[in-house]
Amino acid sequence: MQDDAAQNQTLLGADELVLNMGPQHPSTHGVLRVKLKLDGERVRGTECVIGYLHRGVEKIAENRSYQQFAPYVDRMDYVAAVSNGLGYCEAVEKLLNVEAPPRAKVIRTIMTELQRIASHLVWLGTHALDIGALTPLFYCLREREEILKIFEKYCGARLTTHAFRIGGLQYEAYDSFEKDVERFCKDFERRIQEYVDLLTGNSIWIGRTRNVGVLSAEDCIALGASGPVLRASGVKWDLRKAQPYAAYDQYNFQIPVGTNGDTYDRYMVRMEEMRQSRLICLQAIENIPAGPILGKVGKVLKPPAGEIYHSIEAPKGILGYYIVSDGTTQPYRVRIRPPSFINLQALDKMARGHLVADVVAIIGTLDIVLGEVDR
Amino acid sequence: MLDKVIFFFFAGVAILSAGLMVTRRNAIHSAVFLITTLLATAGIFLQLRAEFIFIAQIILYVGGIMVLFVFVIMLVRLDVALHQIQFSRQKWVALLVTLALAAEVGVMLWSSRNVPGQGFLLPNAVPAGKLPPNTEALAGRLFDAYLLPFEIASVLLLVAMVGAVVMAKKRT
Amino acid sequence: MNPTLHAVLVFLETWWVELVSGVVIVAVVPLVAGYIVLVERKLMADMQARLGPMRVGPHGLLQPIADAVKLLIKEDIIPDNADKMVFWMAPVVSMTAALTSMGAIAFGPAFQVARDINVGLLFVIGVSSLGIFGIVLGGWASNSHYSIMGALRSTAQLVSYETAAGLALISGLLLAGTLKIRAIVDAQQHFGVWFVFLAPVAFFIYVVASIAETNRAPFDLPEAESELVAGYMTEYSGFRWALYFLGEYANMIVVGAVATTLFLGGWLRPFPNVRWMNWLDALPALFTAAVGAYCVYRAGKQPVRVQTWFMWGVALACFVVALILAVPLLVAPLKFLVPGLHGAFWFLLKISAYIYLFMWLRFTLPRYRFDQLMHLGWYILIPLAIVNVLAVGVAMILEMEYGWNRWLAMLLTTVITLATALFLLRLNDKRAAAASSAAPPPEEPSTEDSYAG
Repeated sequence: MQDDAAQNQTLLGADELVLNMGPQHPSTHGVLRVKLKLDGERVRGTECVIGYLHRGVEKIAENRSYQQFAPYVDRMDYVAAVSNGLGYCEAVEKLLNVEAPPRAKVIRTIMTELQRIASHLVWLGTHALDIGALTPLFYCLREREEILKIFEKYCGARLTTHAFRIGGLQYEAYDSFEKDVERFCKDFERRIQEYVDLLTGNSIWIGRTRNVGVLSAEDCIALGASGPVLRASGVKWDLRKAQPYAAYDQYNFQIPVGTNGDTYDRYMVRMEEMRQSRLICLQAIENIPAGPILGKVGKVLKPPAGEIYHSIEAPKGILGYYIVSDGTTQPYRVRIRPPSFINLQALDKMARGHLVADVVAIIGTLDIVLGEVDR
Repeated sequence: MLDKVIFFFFAGVAILSAGLMVTRRNAIHSAVFLITTLLATAGIFLQLRAEFIFIAQIILYVGGIMVLFVFVIMLVRLDVALHQIQFSRQKWVALLVTLALAAEVGVMLWSSRNVPGQGFLLPNAVPAGKLPPNTEALAGRLFDAYLLPFEIASVLLLVAMVGAVVMAKKRT
Repeated sequence: MNPTLHAVLVFLETWWVELVSGVVIVAVVPLVAGYIVLVERKLMADMQARLGPMRVGPHGLLQPIADAVKLLIKEDIIPDNADKMVFWMAPVVSMTAALTSMGAIAFGPAFQVARDINVGLLFVIGVSSLGIFGIVLGGWASNSHYSIMGALRSTAQLVSYETAAGLALISGLLLAGTLKIRAIVDAQQHFGVWFVFLAPVAFFIYVVASIAETNRAPFDLPEAESELVAGYMTEYSGFRWALYFLGEYANMIVVGAVATTLFLGGWLRPFPNVRWMNWLDALPALFTAAVGAYCVYRAGKQPVRVQTWFMWGVALACFVVALILAVPLLVAPLKFLVPGLHGAFWFLLKISAYIYLFMWLRFTLPRYRFDQLMHLGWYILIPLAIVNVLAVGVAMILEMEYGWNRWLAMLLTTVITLATALFLLRLNDKRAAAASSAAPPPEEPSTEDSYAG
């Protein structure tokens, strides 16, 4: 302890100052407060102050029934609500030891992959905006609009969808569902090319993102980072391949992996993931099996006492649900493993030694959503 | 007549700014008034049809040297200096020396008032409109007859720049 | 007659054109700058698949007026410990420098305030660089650490790129042989070609440097909204901020005017001396008439009646302008008006194209980080500009002493400068590769919490 204090004494040298990137800031993507310790222009350390969006979701879960809690889950990562719903419904299904019927699984996969594309589009637009490119945001939102229209036609909501039910789906896929998805996917390839044209080869973009926020594979694993952050550092770990859930084992798709673990690699990984999601959707809509959409689940859910941990590959990383049931209709404990929260721990390591202007790019490349970080 | 009005305007601004400059406590205010003094002097140059000197004064003095002054004033903690006790013991000596100098200059101007071509007024000055264009004349002399001193001055400035950069680099 | 009154009348009679030009500049340019803001917003919207301001006035045309009124009636907030005099003065300096430098620019053969001043181009550059004081004093007067840092950074950027811009302009000056604005354009007419075709690399250097001069993207880090230090304009609200903003857009006009005068032929039409291209003289009127015709065509497609009337009004205005441009060509006694009117048209067209390029780059490119910006200015642009000056000097000697054709001599210049540019870029890539392969040294052991204790 003494040593730590002494070292901190020398750390706070003459030229250091603490700069506050306050909770209200256009680039922190939500209410995140980052205290930067600067030495001139260089960042010597960061400390994130979170909790501005804490709503006590996990505590609320203890007082709701399993079906009642499902809409709350959407509000965590509000940019990718469908994924949250998928994780929760599958976790409770595991607890109940039921399986969703094949038709429900395929439709769930399609919706989740569309949501992945939508989440990555928001990430791309806002990240490019932070770095100064004003235009990609509007193009990305234009594409995302098509996906949200599909969602709206399906379940009535665009953002906080509550699309899935425990045991399957509530709504049947509407009449032109396959046609809409196919039309979107066919159009999307050309659009991705637009983003690539604007950014990928742009020397200013490369100059702002190469070697910025480098995270080595060992550090990623040590910090528990997951999702595109982990894959960009070279670790080929994707739960859709490693521990397949929903209908992912039926489709052919690649897992993009980066080499350097810098911001540019994370950008490339997410762009490629959008392409792969599109391929999954195209494969899925060719053959949606007929059948029921809701498994054998009663109206009142009383899972047997026990605990379950189930995780899925959400757009931001590995989203896990640890549910402890005590045999009643309300869970005893729901603990959510939020990918953004755990990825945010890497901010300190990534930002050290960089300039202040890079911190904005690094926060953007982590793709955090404060709803998930704070719950 | 228009010439007189313009001249007295510029001269008045110059003198007033100079006075304000030396009497301000705030260093940035002094710098701003120095800028206006230099601009007014440039105006007088323009009126004398010395266009190149006019624009050189603006680009170099106001746009270069005064920017440097302002930079330095901003980066140096002057509020600390403001609270320190200034040397006010030399006020009377300064006043005495100033009066002596003013008296000398006055005597010199008065005694030479009747010498043609010198003194207070120049009745036989060449009208400014008849002078050759200032830029071309200056360029002709500078790069022809006075080339060597020009190059030496350039090398001196280059040495000063390089020296400043070398001294300012952090020892890594 | 009263001698004072006589003197005043003589003064007015000799100088009325300049006075009117001056008044027009001071009165019109802020309004025009406001409308350039609207054009930028509409262009940005068009490139971003949306519509832009549509509510205020037909197609959002009264938006600048609404913005001006809003900014004027806003509460005037002055930070607590700010220096009131300097705080008031800084935006005024910024705007004044931009407007004064317009005094020497000839917007056409008949429109120039400082008529034929000997050092015309230097005047424009020198006085527009006085705008730096507006920035640095504004940042200081806000009495906020971050404003000062942002102001100093912005000033450093301006000063660095000013050097490159000035050096790039020297090529045009050497080709023209004079600093007088009119004489430069006359030299281009005499030689029969715009100087951009003789010195394209110099033009390119000037374009890049002028983007940095006016703090436009991709060089707008000091004033970007998503950066940490919001820059020197942070504490300015209401009309003071509007003055800064208008000063920036007025600076864009100045910089465009300098580029047009020196490189793009000023008020000359393309191929100014080629006789069989004289039909180009009809282009201004035809162009305006075509715009009017397009307005008529679109008028039928407007959803709202007021917009339809408005399009008809715009079409009418376009046709009137086309008529004004065409009549002097056709009616012999009015032929003396042609150079003035058509010259103004071509000049404004070229400035508009230049500003359109600025806006286009703003919407497309991301932002440079400050150290990358300074690196680009000092390591690439300034050496390139210096080499360009030397090469143009060589070309001039070849032309004057050895009788080379000017085109050939300038081609040599272009080749030399392009080779230097490639060399500099290759050097830059090698340096960047070396810097990235040497990974940043590990700062402290990774388990340490920098805030513990």
